[in-house]
Amino acid sequence: MPPDSDGVPNKTRRDFLKKSSFLTAAAFVPVTVVNAAVNQWDEKLASVFEKTSLHLEVNGLALNLSVEPRTTLLDLLREQLNLTGTKKGCDRGQCGACTVHADGMRINSCLSLAVTNEGKKITTIEGLSKGQELHPMQEAFIKHDGFQCGYCTPGQIMSAVALIKEGHAGSEMEIREYMSGNICRCGAYPNIVNAIQEVKTGGLS
Amino acid sequence: MKKDAIGDSLSRVDGRLKVTGGAKYSGEFKITGLTYGVLVPATITNGTITSIDTKAAERAPGVLKVITYLNATKVPGYQPDESKPASKGLKLFNDNKIHFNQQPIALVIADTFERATYAASLIKATYQKEPFKTNFHQNIDNSMVPQGGNYKDYIRGEADAYKNAPVKIEQAYLLPSEIHNPMELHVTTAFWNTDGKLTVFTKSQGVISSQKAFANAFKIEQSTVQINSRFVGGAFGSSLRTWPHEIAAAQAAKMLNRPVKLTLTREQMFTLVGYRPQTIQKMGIGATPDGQLVGITHESLSQSAVYEEFTERSVNVSRFLYASPNANTRYKVVPLHVGVPAPMRGPGEATGAFALECALDELAYALNMDPIALRLKNYADADPEKNLPWSSKYLKECYQKGADKIGWEKRSSKPGTNREGDWLVGYGIGCGAFGAYRNKAQAYIKLLADGSVNIKSATSDIGPGTGTSMVLIAADILKISAEKITFDLGDSSLPEAPTQGGSATVSSVGSAVHDVCIALKKKLNTLTGKPENNEDLDYAKILKQQNLPFIELTQGSEGTDEAKNYSMYSFSAHFVQVHVHALTGAWRIKKVVAVVDAGKIVNNKTASSQMIGGAVGGIGMAMTEEAIIDDRFGRLVNGNLADYHVPVNADIPQIEAIFINKPDMHTNPLGTKGIGEISLIGVAPAIANAVYNATGKRIRELPITPDKLI
Ligand code: FES
Ligand code: FES
Repeated sequence: MPPDSDGVPNKTRRDFLKKSSFLTAAAFVPVTVVNAAVNQWDEKLASVFEKTSLHLEVNGLALNLSVEPRTTLLDLLREQLNLTGTKKGCDRGQCGACTVHADGMRINSCLSLAVTNEGKKITTIEGLSKGQELHPMQEAFIKHDGFQCGYCTPGQIMSAVALIKEGHAGSEMEIREYMSGNICRCGAYPNIVNAIQEVKTGGLS
Repeated sequence: MKKDAIGDSLSRVDGRLKVTGGAKYSGEFKITGLTYGVLVPATITNGTITSIDTKAAERAPGVLKVITYLNATKVPGYQPDESKPASKGLKLFNDNKIHFNQQPIALVIADTFERATYAASLIKATYQKEPFKTNFHQNIDNSMVPQGGNYKDYIRGEADAYKNAPVKIEQAYLLPSEIHNPMELHVTTAFWNTDGKLTVFTKSQGVISSQKAFANAFKIEQSTVQINSRFVGGAFGSSLRTWPHEIAAAQAAKMLNRPVKLTLTREQMFTLVGYRPQTIQKMGIGATPDGQLVGITHESLSQSAVYEEFTERSVNVSRFLYASPNANTRYKVVPLHVGVPAPMRGPGEATGAFALECALDELAYALNMDPIALRLKNYADADPEKNLPWSSKYLKECYQKGADKIGWEKRSSKPGTNREGDWLVGYGIGCGAFGAYRNKAQAYIKLLADGSVNIKSATSDIGPGTGTSMVLIAADILKISAEKITFDLGDSSLPEAPTQGGSATVSSVGSAVHDVCIALKKKLNTLTGKPENNEDLDYAKILKQQNLPFIELTQGSEGTDEAKNYSMYSFSAHFVQVHVHALTGAWRIKKVVAVVDAGKIVNNKTASSQMIGGAVGGIGMAMTEEAIIDDRFGRLVNGNLADYHVPVNADIPQIEAIFINKPDMHTNPLGTKGIGEISLIGVAPAIANAVYNATGKRIRELPITPDKLI
């Protein structure tokens, strides 16, 4: 919350609601709302008002959601939609663990407020395989052992799939450069590069 | 039937779960009534909390509880009683003392993560500030001998004998703090069942040691604590112990009577879960003109915390890696107002090998001798520290294979003379050793009617692929396909196993799996009246004949007296080729060859990945990683992954892992010696030595950033 002109942080939302409630109570606010404020029910009310509707297609499923504007796409996926395949490694756009596709482009979902994705098609790691059939990139990661702990892996794979589509998998150097937004602390980088090269040369549709 | 055997390259048994997002890490379980905890950090570095205003936070939407030292229910294990002193370490929310910047002062619990995070920002505290010490280098006068008994002075022959040697090197080598930074944030989800049992999902390298820690904290029976940690998103030592915030999550769950999930932020990961401490290592090393070592002196000063002592085990490696008639070592620690350090991959040995192997390189140049020739001249055929034969040692073979692979003959013995265009080319070697340990472990096996096998042990997998190795060991002994075998781990209700640390999991738990498989075969042979060593077993058929739905048994396994008769170590030689730009100091690691004598290799595929990962860690240690504190405030200034640089893909070349792969007949029935640590030990000095060879600049202070090269 930004500080006000005195440099003092703003009061809580409840204080604001209360003040505004009192100011307007005499005029046209129903008694119930004033009571709600006094009895501290206002937070529940407020939380309803504070939510915004959001339409997303996630892994082919159309969703009508109601989310707080401050919720990131990452937290929406992990905490509300139980799609925990997308990982949180920093929450600051610094590690790539949270990489998903939004309308086919790779993005850091921790840097994207959920509501800014209105109408978009989101693909997460859970939506990459076709039923039991793994995506070639997933197969290649297993084959080349492109991971150890596996925590960065969904982000790496989502990035790798987009990388080829972007046309940034032309050489080993190019792959290494364009995969550098995805940190792997286990240090599986060479194996990740090998996996991507195999998919690239095998022709990823 | 296909038979998988030790030494094969088996893809990870949990690979599919990891590439599909199906692997559930500790913060990813759907638990009814889950609440979210967010820690509030102190903004001073030493002193006491004088007031703490939680009102605004408590009134914020969705907030269920704000816990501070004022209202926290006491953690029983934190309170001293007559019989024994209180447990060591930080006791969160137990009193108003602040020992380091960003020490948590409050825990906010709310119904959503966003609400807890917002409410945490509303907490206001005032403090009584005290003077603090965070600058390691300015406080080395306050260094002291560690209190713990394991870090005594060591003298073999004559102390400081190097001083009288005809050729000698006397230098100090500096390492900054380095942060484990596993990709998964440390997370703990805890809840209490109505019967008083505690269930915890937490990032742990050892579910049994976590179970004990929670039981001790809450003074409850160990069996009433259930720890789950099947998938661990890396740790590298940061989850070897149970941290105070993990206890706080369980404490909060108890106060609220609801499940609490507490996730550290990346910034908090820099102060609350340990790190490799800063060290100054003073080396003295002397030799005769023909390169025979006369003496080695190695003294290490390492950063510790005022509230808990930690000693970086740096100097041990100088006592035994080379055959020097004289050697003496000393430990000292410098307590500061910082979070307590912790063992980080290749703990101590990686730090120590940087000093020893760089000093040896400097000596080689002073003697005008090839660095490999110098190492061969002082090759220790037996352990000079313990005066015991090695259980096995193939370090000479490591030198040979590594030199061939890197193209050592292309190395110029004159630094700064090998040039490709604008780039200076250099080659370096760095060696290391790490103890081959074996701890007590148990394994359970169940043979089912269809001939499939399930094995269980309360071990962990922080990334090496424990389950995969165990399946391969069982497949080898039972002579069945790996697909018929499953392995369960990361659950404290399973048969006891040691914490995953010290590169000992395969040697300890693998031995238990080996033994339980042998026991199963014996049992079946007894049932069918066959000789004990009969190998011709059709498992499904035997169960059917015997009219049994399944057979199960549990077997314990531990080391023998061999450990008293032999000195047991894994050994490694790392070879590196670097390019350094002559004008800008920019560097490129062009090639890394890691050659390791780690006894028998169980799974070639995952072992290679582990070697590669260790080398990447070593590249970070050598070239990029450094936690920086602003000593005016005592606060870390680069506590995030944008400012603290771990290696990224563009920094890393192809890395070749080569295994000597000779079983050690003395360590354990599998002949393994461990690779987790050795994969990193020796990498940083190999790089520093290659940089010197390329540029003629001897960098004794890590990381070797380009500014140090121009
Ligand atoms: S969690 Fe999004 S970039 Fe790290
Ligand atoms: S596999 Fe562990 S961080 Fe990449």
